[in-house]
Amino acid sequence: MIKTDVVIIGAGPTGLFCAHQLGIIGLKCEIVDNLDKIGGQCIELYPDKPIYDIPAVPKCTGEELTNNLIEQIKPFNFNFHLSDRVQELKNEKNKWLVKTLNGKEFETPNIVIAGGVGSFEPRKFPTKSAEKYDGKSVLYSIKDKTIFKDKSVVIFGGGDSALDWAIELSNSSKVTLVHRRDEFRGAPASVQKIKELSDNKTIDLITKYSIKDVKGNGSLESVEIKSETGDSKVIKADYVLGFFGLIMQLGPIAEWGLNLDKKTIPVNTENFETNKKGIFAIGDICTYPGKLKLILSGFHEGALAARGCFKYARPDEKYRFEFTTASSTIKDRLGVKE
Amino acid sequence: MAKIKYIEFNGTEHEADVANGLSVMEGAIQNDIPGIDADCGGGMSCATCHVYINDDEWFKKLPEKEMGEDDMLDQAFEPKSNSRLSCQLIISDDLDGLTVHMPEKQV
Repeated sequence: MIKTDVVIIGAGPTGLFCAHQLGIIGLKCEIVDNLDKIGGQCIELYPDKPIYDIPAVPKCTGEELTNNLIEQIKPFNFNFHLSDRVQELKNEKNKWLVKTLNGKEFETPNIVIAGGVGSFEPRKFPTKSAEKYDGKSVLYSIKDKTIFKDKSVVIFGGGDSALDWAIELSNSSKVTLVHRRDEFRGAPASVQKIKELSDNKTIDLITKYSIKDVKGNGSLESVEIKSETGDSKVIKADYVLGFFGLIMQLGPIAEWGLNLDKKTIPVNTENFETNKKGIFAIGDICTYPGKLKLILSGFHEGALAARGCFKYARPDEKYRFEFTTASSTIKDRLGVKE
Repeated sequence: MAKIKYIEFNGTEHEADVANGLSVMEGAIQNDIPGIDADCGGGMSCATCHVYINDDEWFKKLPEKEMGEDDMLDQAFEPKSNSRLSCQLIISDDLDGLTVHMPEKQV
């Protein structure tokens, strides 16, 4: 059981800057994120896309923004718990007991939900029949590539994951790559390579088709694909892989008794507390009149939520407002030597 | 101003007068029309405001897709050749009378 002042759910820019604000006012926090890396949507959706509306930063990419935020909170040495998800919350004597999917436990007076639009999960095939084989022969990520050796593998998708795996597995498996249109969004070099592999018949490339059904008797045997004009084909398949990017699901957050407005959590704008005492929501996941889904709004929300956390983490102390330019206490916390 | 008709997957029809400059997505959100999620808020960064334009004449009349829209549509639920992201359809008088059909679901 880890005791801390605050558990932050979500390591996107909003969660990271909130951690910074907590560090500045002398609180400790632990940060949990479902992804295997820090950065949230910035890293997962647009690492290379320039952002132009971060105050005083005319232009930076999602990756640069993330790296700068990581650098900014480094002095505080906060722990990250990546590839994990907060699953369960329980209230006990003004404390929250937090359990994660990987079995970690925290005791904290404050939880800050900075979960964006929920946790990222792979988008799955729309066909019901695929569910039966999910995790066995219908896969959305690859942990052990040796299972595909000498097997028939049908890969769906047009992005880098689909192309890279089609290229990689073509060495030792019979690969069919199926995509809904002629253009691919993967890196130009990979697209070129795929065309070569298709020309020399190393892989089967089928475009303008999408999945219709998967068939098997106990184990997967084939996949049926369809074109928009109504044609269909059946391909032998031992494995079917889908790479359609990630979708965002609210997940267990919906089970915690918080007021919800569609997929967002209403908060007050004084300290961004939800209807539950000690649970705050900031960034894209919170809503209030006038809410803007901007990173800069998330920063503001995180700063105020951090002060809200102070009240419960240090009930006997009075929070004193200080500037980083002037306060020697803050400079000590930052490890700044003058 | 344009009158936009939104038809849910189950056939339920909604009509909204949407001001010029807003997007077809925003028209749905502001009028509480279900079927469009718009998780990213209109940035061509998710694929949850996906709609079909079933009328071919209308599809051709719409502003062309920007780079990236088709890439995003690859990640939508059941994309077709008449798919668009409704956040990229900006309202003008020219769009008056447009009908969009929602997919079975967005995620």
